[in-house]
Amino acid sequence: MDLLEPRSLDDALGMLRQHAPLMPLAGCTDVFVALQFGTETARRFLNIWGLDELRGIDVRDGVLRMGALATYTELGRSPLVWEHLPMLVAASREVGGMQIQNRGTLGGNIANGSPAGDSLPVLAAADAVVVLRSLDGERRVPFTEFYTGYRATVIRPDELIVAVEVPPVEGAQWFRKVGTRAAQAISKVVMAGVRAPRPRIALGSVAATVVRLPQTENALAAGSTLEEAQRVLRQEIHPIDDVRSTAAYRLRVAANLLGQFWAETG
Amino acid sequence: MRVPAATGYLLWIPPRAYPYPSRDPVSTSVGRNVPRKDGIPKVTGAALYVDDLRFPGMLYGRTIRSTISRGRITSIRFDFDTAGFTIVQAGDVPGDRCNYVALLEDDQPFLAAHQINHQAEPILLLAHEDRDVLNAAKVEIEYERDIPVMDAQASPVVFKEIRIRKGDVERAMETAEVIVEGTYRTGHQEHVYIETNGVIAVPEADGGMTVHGSLQCPYYVHKALKALLDLPDERVRVVQTETGGGFGGKEEYPSVIAGHAALLARKSGHPVKMVYDREEDMVATTKRHPSVIRHRTGLTRDGRLVAMDIDVLLDGGAYVTLSPVVLSRGCIHAAGPYRCEHVRTVGRAVMTNTPPNGAFRGFGAPQTQFAMEVHMERIAEALGMDPVRLRDINALRPGDTTATGQRMGDDCSALEVLRTAVERSDFHRKRAEYAGTGKGIGLSLFYHGSGFTGSGEVHLKSKVALEAREDGVRVLVASAEIGQGTRTMLAQIAADALGVPYEEVEPVQPDTAQVPDSGPTVASRTCMVVGGILQKCAQEMREKIGMMTPQEYARLHGPLLVTRQYEKPHDITWNDTEYTGDAYATYGWGCDVAEVELDPVTYEVRPLRVTVVHEIGKAIHPLLVEGQIEGGTAQGVGWALNEHVVMRDGAMANAQLTNYTIPTTLDTPRLDVVILENPSSYGPFGAKGVGEMPIDGPAPAVINAIRHLGLDVRDIPAIPEAVMEVACASR
Amino acid sequence: MRFTLNGAPAEVEAPPMKRLLDVLREECALTGSKEGCGEGECGACTVLVDGMPVVSCLVPFAQVRDAEVVTIEGLGGTHPLQKAFAELGGAQCGICTPGMIMAAVALGPDPGFEEIRRGLAGNLCRCTGYEAIYRAVQGASA
Repeated sequence: MDLLEPRSLDDALGMLRQHAPLMPLAGCTDVFVALQFGTETARRFLNIWGLDELRGIDVRDGVLRMGALATYTELGRSPLVWEHLPMLVAASREVGGMQIQNRGTLGGNIANGSPAGDSLPVLAAADAVVVLRSLDGERRVPFTEFYTGYRATVIRPDELIVAVEVPPVEGAQWFRKVGTRAAQAISKVVMAGVRAPRPRIALGSVAATVVRLPQTENALAAGSTLEEAQRVLRQEIHPIDDVRSTAAYRLRVAANLLGQFWAETG
Repeated sequence: MRVPAATGYLLWIPPRAYPYPSRDPVSTSVGRNVPRKDGIPKVTGAALYVDDLRFPGMLYGRTIRSTISRGRITSIRFDFDTAGFTIVQAGDVPGDRCNYVALLEDDQPFLAAHQINHQAEPILLLAHEDRDVLNAAKVEIEYERDIPVMDAQASPVVFKEIRIRKGDVERAMETAEVIVEGTYRTGHQEHVYIETNGVIAVPEADGGMTVHGSLQCPYYVHKALKALLDLPDERVRVVQTETGGGFGGKEEYPSVIAGHAALLARKSGHPVKMVYDREEDMVATTKRHPSVIRHRTGLTRDGRLVAMDIDVLLDGGAYVTLSPVVLSRGCIHAAGPYRCEHVRTVGRAVMTNTPPNGAFRGFGAPQTQFAMEVHMERIAEALGMDPVRLRDINALRPGDTTATGQRMGDDCSALEVLRTAVERSDFHRKRAEYAGTGKGIGLSLFYHGSGFTGSGEVHLKSKVALEAREDGVRVLVASAEIGQGTRTMLAQIAADALGVPYEEVEPVQPDTAQVPDSGPTVASRTCMVVGGILQKCAQEMREKIGMMTPQEYARLHGPLLVTRQYEKPHDITWNDTEYTGDAYATYGWGCDVAEVELDPVTYEVRPLRVTVVHEIGKAIHPLLVEGQIEGGTAQGVGWALNEHVVMRDGAMANAQLTNYTIPTTLDTPRLDVVILENPSSYGPFGAKGVGEMPIDGPAPAVINAIRHLGLDVRDIPAIPEAVMEVACASR
Repeated sequence: MRFTLNGAPAEVEAPPMKRLLDVLREECALTGSKEGCGEGECGACTVLVDGMPVVSCLVPFAQVRDAEVVTIEGLGGTHPLQKAFAELGGAQCGICTPGMIMAAVALGPDPGFEEIRRGLAGNLCRCTGYEAIYRAVQGASA
């Protein structure tokens, strides 16, 4: 296995242009698990862990900007995230144990693209924007358009995720992860919601990618009762059975979560 | 350093019968929390586990396993450059008869030659000096498939059947005023010792073989290697390295991995290390037997047990391994700690084409007592009776007989543990208070026989030795320290029986070249049985050395070695064909009260607290006892709520710690432990067994707490998906 | 590659993608850090990197360049947590113990009960049911 070690972001982007495909390595909490199980096919890697340009959390013109290398520990402790995106604080504190929170990054969670990624429903419900950069410059992709399929994204081989931007979120934020156990768990269902005139609801672990629920949101925005909205939700998602849970459980609990979200933010 | 108050306290029930009155008032280590012998090495990282050892010229070994459940091998192709590899197949085993793991039956091959009977069955072995090269090697195996047996209830092959009869169940059942029936199921459970199975086999110049490994029973491995390699006793040596947990998972399985490493070592002429990764350990090694248990119980309207008809089915997996013995202990405990004059228990362990199930803490008793205790709860519901009262009137008392006709002596403590747990947990107040709150409280009453069943200890003929030397006293036993505190506890027994300071007694590392065969480290027998023989060694030594210290004696006369063998107490009788008599010399007694909370959104059951009352004769080392009880209880709660082995096509599909979820700190309830002491005349200083009993009670207590919430759960694991089904069905 | 190991400068040649756990165990002969799963789930391989607990099975060696790494061996044997774990039943089979102690070190002095419980949720123990571990961590701060 080869590892390229850039000294700067530009250096890294140059390596990606010249030597693609390279698998970027941030906190390695997903890549090294895949290597352990023999499911990672990449053999050439790019170590971006040391690129301080990808760290930092700030707010500019009301937009919360989180560097791709922000760890869950940093997100969970950041006063800016507490203020602007508290549901991401909640999500960050439920990722793995503290060892994983110290290494796992927001950019890594996005790039890994697991449908069970804990931060992803938050980003979907917050209408976040992913900032991608290559030697050609930056482009901003709405998070809801970021995934094209199971673990497939719009990232080009010469691009890196450099940051995530979240415009001001109006309304109460809500997050709940239903994992395989109380800690160190993978989501069986995970929901993030924003209680606004047009509510925003996102679910993980119920489809090939994290999903927003436009029909359910429309129903709620149009003044449907909760029961009607839950019925719409059950039509809108098509979860599957796997080793962690069942389709029936995911369907019912997703509807229950909608009820809890609605009751607690009402 | 402040020592925080322990959760438990000790209640002293005055000893009624001490077999060996303490001859020396100086003796003070028994009953005290002396520093554990292996404490410092374990907290500094200095303790050496098998994967921490390396030998010159050592190769790494790997097992190639079947990917089907049943069929025949039609071809094997090596898709790699075999230069530098050592390859072992069934044909490399010295003779046909050698290729079976020596245990109860010669049915499980070390390496499958043609026939495949389960997924992950070992077919061939590879060794190479470079782990990456080894792991990259690809072997293609083709099969002709047969239809596997997956459902134990439909299995055509019965490994073992056991019948226990007391009185006349059919006639008594006709006189019953109330009959309650039920079926209860338990799933596989994976041990999840945090150190996976591993060994290093070292070929010796004389053609012999030494195996260092993580294991519970050095002489089981010794016996298996002798048969496999066709070697005499003295050419095989088994050394137990520091062992990172066992729970039964390193009882019989190490014979297999040791055999594999030894075959590779013999063929290559190099030491060979085999340490499973977690996935292989989970997929390939043994698990707790799944069970289906049916009860039909006749009672009087006021709640007295009239007749109990019990059917026990255990899924043994593809080979016999220890299933007959697991079934035996399961059946003996199946009627619970209750008095009933008419009992019939019929048990069967059957074959399925799944990896063999084997020893796991409790050894069948957790399964059968789970069924019994959930059934008792359903009986209480059917009678509209307080569950404590139902147990109280039926609990065994001194003078009563068990299902095998064993008469209880004064060391029977069923009522004491029940009443203590009910009071300690404030059961009745909470039972009323929790109604309608989403919280529930439930209890279980249970017991556990100490030592091997029936005449097992007579057949084992365990030997223990104690040696006085100039530098101190050495305990020579094959009993393994696997975390439970064996070294510490045995040193305490020897020190006090000998009248010397605890610090001057050291158990040696279990090594078949040094220690006699004191039997396996299983069955809650190490303290009571091995400790008992050790106590006799110490008493004999005491008589020989007179007023001298052991060191003084050794300086004058040279080292003094005292060896003793197990002697059956004369008043214990057991009939192995009729299954009647004294199944165990004594029993420990337990009562658990579990408090849970149901999340109505997710159907998750959160265990909040378990009050655990155990009567164990004598706590040689209260802190170690408490550790056994707390750990076993947590493991039992995991079995009840979290731990779900997902079998697909006969293989564990969730074989990672991410997906087979043992309890973390946040999944484990707070544990409030109370230790009671009611000495047994058969154990050293009155001690009974303690290692297994803690896992008998938590699962039924938790399920009964869920039942208190109005959910008719009868099967475990009660994962949220299952609880949801029950909750939605009952709406 | 240079880094600081248990307070002393270290220079070790090893492949950059090698797991830190393997570098410690095989190149540095520090076998106190244990492998329980290889997937960051059990915490038995926990070490401190720049003062923060991480699972060394998921850290490529290249990422500790110039960092400070502390393993169980670096505590020296007299740390109050080590004494408390030994005396209060916090260690049974001992295989989770080094990682558990390193995670407990990261909790800082005198952590509250819920802090301990949450902070150690990334370390699996199969022997103790965790109660004795809580007692040890609390006992070490007293």
